Amino acid sequence: MATIEERFDAIVVGAGPAGNAAAYTMAKGGLNVLQLERGEYPGSKNVQGAILYSDALEKLIPDFREDAPLERHVIEQRVWMMDETSHTGMHYRSEDFNEEKPNRYTIIRAQFDRWFSSKVREAGAIVLCETTVTELVKDTKGNVIGVLTDRHGGPLLADVVVLAEGVNGLTGQRAGLRDELKPRSVALAVKEMHFLPQEVIEARFNLKGDAGVVIEAMGSITKGMTGTAFLYTNRESVSIGIGCVVEDLTKSGISPYSLLDSFKSHPSVAPLIAGAEVKEYAAHLIPEGGFKAMPQIYGAGWVVAGDAAHLVNAVHREGSNLAMTSGRIAGETIVWLKRRREPCTAANLAEYRKRLEDSFVLKDMRKYQKIPDMLHGNRQLFNLYPKMMSSIAQTWLRVDGKSKRAKESEIFKNVRKQRGLTGLIADGLRLARAWR
Amino acid sequence: MSTLNNKIEEKLYQNRYVVDAGKPHIKVKEHDVPSPALKSLVTTCPANCYAETEQGKVEVVPDGCMECGTCRIVTADTGEIEWNYPRGGYGVLFKFG
Repeated sequence: MATIEERFDAIVVGAGPAGNAAAYTMAKGGLNVLQLERGEYPGSKNVQGAILYSDALEKLIPDFREDAPLERHVIEQRVWMMDETSHTGMHYRSEDFNEEKPNRYTIIRAQFDRWFSSKVREAGAIVLCETTVTELVKDTKGNVIGVLTDRHGGPLLADVVVLAEGVNGLTGQRAGLRDELKPRSVALAVKEMHFLPQEVIEARFNLKGDAGVVIEAMGSITKGMTGTAFLYTNRESVSIGIGCVVEDLTKSGISPYSLLDSFKSHPSVAPLIAGAEVKEYAAHLIPEGGFKAMPQIYGAGWVVAGDAAHLVNAVHREGSNLAMTSGRIAGETIVWLKRRREPCTAANLAEYRKRLEDSFVLKDMRKYQKIPDMLHGNRQLFNLYPKMMSSIAQTWLRVDGKSKRAKESEIFKNVRKQRGLTGLIADGLRLARAWR
Repeated sequence: MSTLNNKIEEKLYQNRYVVDAGKPHIKVKEHDVPSPALKSLVTTCPANCYAETEQGKVEVVPDGCMECGTCRIVTADTGEIEWNYPRGGYGVLFKFG
């Protein structure tokens, strides 16, 4: 551990997508980088659905497809509105997604993060696992100058600390850089890994080769709470999970695993995973408070990226790409400052925020800033509408001797009874306003 | 309730843990009456680590903890629990994540 005595250009806390992107970028830029990870190996503490968005990774490692552990490239997206016995779905499938460089892949994070970390090491960063950062070290003026860990006696010093510590960002919180998360701004997701033979998955989901399907679902499966469920096809497994806003879960008294079990036993889902062997059960928080819940993301001697910076686009189910992009931009900003021989002061690191504003990351965060509050006050979107769509579809499709005109008026009467015309219009307007 | 407990135990049985014996990373502070927030963890904790005792107190056994952080956030205002990451290398070890 002789190297530990030296001072680093940068210390990165965490080896998820944000931390790996930052450490990779800075090491490639010639900086002396130390990365600290509390897990036995990078990925061993990390949980995601998981979908990899190629674009964010291509900007770091253009030829990642050559050796990254990828599961299936996504050729079909299903969105399901579910009630107790049915789902009304929108499916989009295109041969165009069978392209030479596919746009989205399903991945298994424990394997993917390990691969990503090997690239960080190849780029020249020192990666120390099984090391939990316990505290930020500040000088007398309050500038962050390093970290303390549970493995080394003295402080580890650096010109800048990149906090990519994930949703439970204790280091930054305890140093007073940001507040604790609010139960209203985070979702708790639980997930299981269901293993099935490759050919069974391909037959059940109408797939060939490495192609895959992802399903996002909402409706009465969350029992009136704000949340969504998902089912992603991997090569030899299916990732299935459900998540709800923490505040809603505490109020309802419904346990997350019973929610998952009832989703799994839904008649639309059960046949897809029948006979599978479950090999893991995981839980994780997702910061879903949006732009308004974002903390300060830079200061004297520090920047924060990824989930710790609350960078998740809940509407589009994107997070890891925002993490990778924010980590990369943080790294690029620091390399840029170093080349100009400028110190990592708060004023200089404001450049990170500026660059994030110019990227899709903060543009998208800003675009959907009204959505979390809108969903909070309008839970009928999760309960009433899936039921309504189901009753419309069923009235329309059942052939039962009633005239089509009678069916149409029955549909209109039902819709008006369930929500009323003014309610319908108001919901539409609210959604449109929040979406804009 | 017992079938529910069996089910969650079956789920957790699939997971890998390195337990830091005698050093629980989550502790419930001494209390007479738990707040509604603390009590809610009996159902909300995804690993079923929290239970109500016969005396109406809430206790935690974090061996099956997946380190999600929900309990810390739920009781942030009441300050009834002490939450730390396990020591480096200890705690849950996701094979897939």
